[in-house]
Amino acid sequence: MLQIIWQLMYTFFKLGLFTFGGGYAMLPLLQREVVESKGWATEEELLDYYAIGQSTPGIIAVNTASFVGYFQGGILGAILATIGLVLPSIIIILLIASLLNHFTDLVVLQHAFGGIRVAVSALVSFSVYRLAKTGVVDTFTFIWCIMTFVAIAFFKISPLWVVLASFFMGNIVLKIKGARA
Amino acid sequence: MLTYVRLIFEFLKTGLFAIGGGLATLPFLREMSFRYSWFSMEELLDMIAISESTPGPIGINMATYVGYSAGGILGGILATLAIITPSIIIIIVVIASFMEKFRDSKLVQRGFYLLRAATAGLIMGAVFEVIFISLFDAGAYAISGDIFAFIRWPSLLMFIVLILLIRKFPKVHPIAFIVASAVIGIILKF
Repeated sequence: MLQIIWQLMYTFFKLGLFTFGGGYAMLPLLQREVVESKGWATEEELLDYYAIGQSTPGIIAVNTASFVGYFQGGILGAILATIGLVLPSIIIILLIASLLNHFTDLVVLQHAFGGIRVAVSALVSFSVYRLAKTGVVDTFTFIWCIMTFVAIAFFKISPLWVVLASFFMGNIVLKIKGARA
Repeated sequence: MLTYVRLIFEFLKTGLFAIGGGLATLPFLREMSFRYSWFSMEELLDMIAISESTPGPIGINMATYVGYSAGGILGGILATLAIITPSIIIIIVVIASFMEKFRDSKLVQRGFYLLRAATAGLIMGAVFEVIFISLFDAGAYAISGDIFAFIRWPSLLMFIVLILLIRKFPKVHPIAFIVASAVIGIILKF
């Protein structure tokens, strides 16, 4: 038991260390480690975890780690697999953040981040465009997408309320639509 | 001490309500920036760049970074542990009680009809202002009244070129665009 928990933590530590970007970027490595190498889940099970990981709150990679961890090592397995996954992030980000803190006055670094901000603007805009393409399927979802944008950007409404409102409105709208159809 | 309590509370909330991947945490991080001024929105963009260029899930990297800027090393560790706690609890509860039912649940499926549309709106809403400021200069326009002064031409051109490149080469990792833009930023003195 102790050995499997150690293995869980170690495997997810590796996954955290060698994947950039989480979410779907992690899937190929997860398949190799969890399905092929360790046999902790079948291909179908892994995709199921992913689907549920997407539709439950939180970061997908974290949810998947909790899933695999729980099935292999119970509650302790879920906790330690997840901690293994985030440990590389904690170490690397804290190192970089404290390093950068010492160089904030460097002019070269300021110019570099000036350019980087434009790149991030473009990357995030493009991700939003791709998300909108899957999320906006009809007139109502289009209007809802614009409304949530305005609520956050201009009215500074807490995202918490937007998420809750989306969940409940979706249920109400589809119920009415279903009743009419 | 109060900062640590706030960090834990804010990231428990983010872990519980940010649905759909790393960037979904952005609106919550923006709210923190307003509420506690732990960091500016420009700094948040820098954190996104570093989180995308280092190993690990973006949402986790962002949590560590924001936690660090608010409360040092301990802040970084606490924020990260706080953001994963709701996930662990929810997954265990979902599996333990109603895994099959959860996926087929009408309530959940219907909920995602608008949640999926909201994800795009929420993220764009969170970054709109800071992107706008990096591409346009409302201050210069107000002073000179010159419409050409309103646009930061080098940034806007670079933005458009980047969008076209990202679209054309979707397989190229974001790091490549980030590093190239850093070099351009240094050469053109952005």
